[in-house]
Amino acid sequence: MPETPRSSGETMIDIANVTRRFGPITALDTVSAKIREGEFFSLLGPSGCGKTTLLRLLAGFDQPTEGTIAIGGQAMADIPANRRPTNMVFQSYAIFPHMNVAENVAYGLKRLRLGGGEEKRRVEEALGQVQLGHLGKRRANELSGGQRQRVALARALVMRPKVLLLDEPLSALDKKLREQMQVELRHLQKAVGITFILVTHDQYEALAMSDRIAVMFDGRIAQIAAPKDIYQRPVSRQVADFLGGMNFIAADIVGEDGSEVCLETVGFGRVTTERPPGFVVKGRSATLGIRPERLRVLWDDDTSEHEIAGTVVDRHYFGEITHLIVEIPGLQQPLSVIETNDFGADDIPVGSPIRLAYDPEALVAMGD
Amino acid sequence: MTAASEASVAAETPSGGRHALLRSDRAKGLALISPTFVYTLIFLLAPIVVVVVHSFWTQTYLTIDRTFTLENYKTALTEPIYRDLLVRSLYISLTVSVATALFAYPIAYYISFYGAQRKSLWLFLITIPFWTGYLLRVMAWKVILGYNGVLNEALMGLGITSQPVSELLYSTNAVIITLIHAWAVFAVLPIFVSLEKVDRTLIEAATDLGDGAVRRFLRITLPLSMPGVIGAILIVMIPTVGDYVTPKLVGGTEGVMIANAIEAQFGRAQNWPLGAALSVTTMIVVSLMAGACVLLLRGLVRLVR
Ligand SMILES: Nc1ncnc2c1ncn2[C@@H]1O[C@H](COP(=O)(O)OP(=O)(O)OP(=O)(O)O)[C@@H](O)[C@H]1O
Ligand SMILES: [Mg+2]
Repeated sequence: MPETPRSSGETMIDIANVTRRFGPITALDTVSAKIREGEFFSLLGPSGCGKTTLLRLLAGFDQPTEGTIAIGGQAMADIPANRRPTNMVFQSYAIFPHMNVAENVAYGLKRLRLGGGEEKRRVEEALGQVQLGHLGKRRANELSGGQRQRVALARALVMRPKVLLLDEPLSALDKKLREQMQVELRHLQKAVGITFILVTHDQYEALAMSDRIAVMFDGRIAQIAAPKDIYQRPVSRQVADFLGGMNFIAADIVGEDGSEVCLETVGFGRVTTERPPGFVVKGRSATLGIRPERLRVLWDDDTSEHEIAGTVVDRHYFGEITHLIVEIPGLQQPLSVIETNDFGADDIPVGSPIRLAYDPEALVAMGD
Repeated sequence: MTAASEASVAAETPSGGRHALLRSDRAKGLALISPTFVYTLIFLLAPIVVVVVHSFWTQTYLTIDRTFTLENYKTALTEPIYRDLLVRSLYISLTVSVATALFAYPIAYYISFYGAQRKSLWLFLITIPFWTGYLLRVMAWKVILGYNGVLNEALMGLGITSQPVSELLYSTNAVIITLIHAWAVFAVLPIFVSLEKVDRTLIEAATDLGDGAVRRFLRITLPLSMPGVIGAILIVMIPTVGDYVTPKLVGGTEGVMIANAIEAQFGRAQNWPLGAALSVTTMIVVSLMAGACVLLLRGLVRLVR
């Protein structure tokens, strides 16, 4: 896996073969992951895949049925939630309604009995970090959604945890505020250097913010990789499908060795690509994938070394881009193509023939 | 009273400004509360007015002299017997209400936090004693606390005392014990409701910020359930001050309360104005005590956090 620049590389959290069952439901199934110190790590997956369950195991609100968790080299089995070096930003923010903003932020410090104005200084520092310096006296029920989110963040940061756990902290915010907070969270994480674990079901949020992403389905981790790798080299159809659109093309495996696989397809011909980690050969068939934006429309006399021809069967206009559905002779599924509108892709008539260029590097092999 | 007429007029003329008035939130609100408002007026406010007015008059043998006087209040506040009765009543009701809340809190807490799917069953079970009449339950305490009662038998059986303790029944304590038992359920319910409303993630958040079980109870659960505790204390305190059945049955001479004196003035003694003055005085003192309790509890909660 590629080095991420910001993390020091030391393992901060070691999740080893963790399983959590609720009666007949297996919420987590032998999950293993190593999260590095200072890393921005995201847990991404559809609803009900076990993200919150994993986060609660890390925070200590719940115990694994099997497996172990270590944080900072220390086994967590016997350490209760209130003595773990983690703090959490809850999805509902869990702001204490009977206290004002400053009292909320100071909540965890009170017990430490810091002397000499230290508590006040740290509260002010934390409020400053989330740009709420002026709101200390405000009551909790007088805050907007974004402000509540910041209070929850400040309340956790002020404890200077080794790990900050964030359970879908942005999902309750509107789109604009969410995007602004994504940038702010990322900056904040760089500034404080704490390991962040972010739970989200928003692929763009995960891609934009993380050093690494773990994609989860049905209680299992399907892939852990940096955003670019996970987007460009998904290990399975499921992962590819969850992160943006992907054209899937049925393929036969005609050859393989340790690092490469050779696939035979209709339309794209014979393709040799990197063998993805965790690629399992079941029989002779596999799937070849290409992202819609990696297919380019060839105009007039343009030619390309790698091109395929078909017919436009549908067209969807999205403002700056147009989504074309192109039928390729021999392919079961039409290809979807995303083209910017600079050259008039929005004017291509439905039913007209079209040629598409692609970069063979953009083709990925996936297990079924 | 204007609310009802206003609403009906507005309903009859659905045009122009009247119509807008009916649609306004204020008018709707007034229309909605008007039946209850009228009811309250007739059955709650009117009797109070009658009592207050009487308290300023004088009883002259069989008729009532309707000249304004403060003589009754003077008697009510200075006569040692009434003062003692009032103080004792306040002491009993304060003890009963605080003890009931203390006793009810763990029950409500248990049902709310550990009741799981059986919460309604637990609440149902708690109300079972109420299927028998109040008098029967008081009688039951007579059987328990009496000279040859269950408690004395048990104490002697265990060898703690050699002969029956006679102070158990017909005493202030007997009144207190009986009242606590009688009012426990009324205290459990408001506390239960306010505990149910405590968001459990707040408790997790407190744990996450380093609090152990005791601290998070004192800093989160207790303050957030305080409205229920205050409600429970008031629900018990206000009616128990005016209770006269329980002291009559289990209180003996030592357990007489102010309501017994008030009852006597309206009954045998035939001095309505004095009875009214005693009632009004009691009402005011209880309100003051209730207010003081609320402030005190709020202050205590602020202190722990
Ligand atoms: N306390 C519990 N008792 C029983 N089942 C549970 C419990 N907590 C979680 N589950 C089950 O475990 C699975 C994973 O739940 P989890 O809350 O971790 O999902 P999630 O990935 O956080 O989903 P979402 O994105 O909707 O929050 C679900 O099927 C859920 O029903
Ligand atoms: Mg969740």
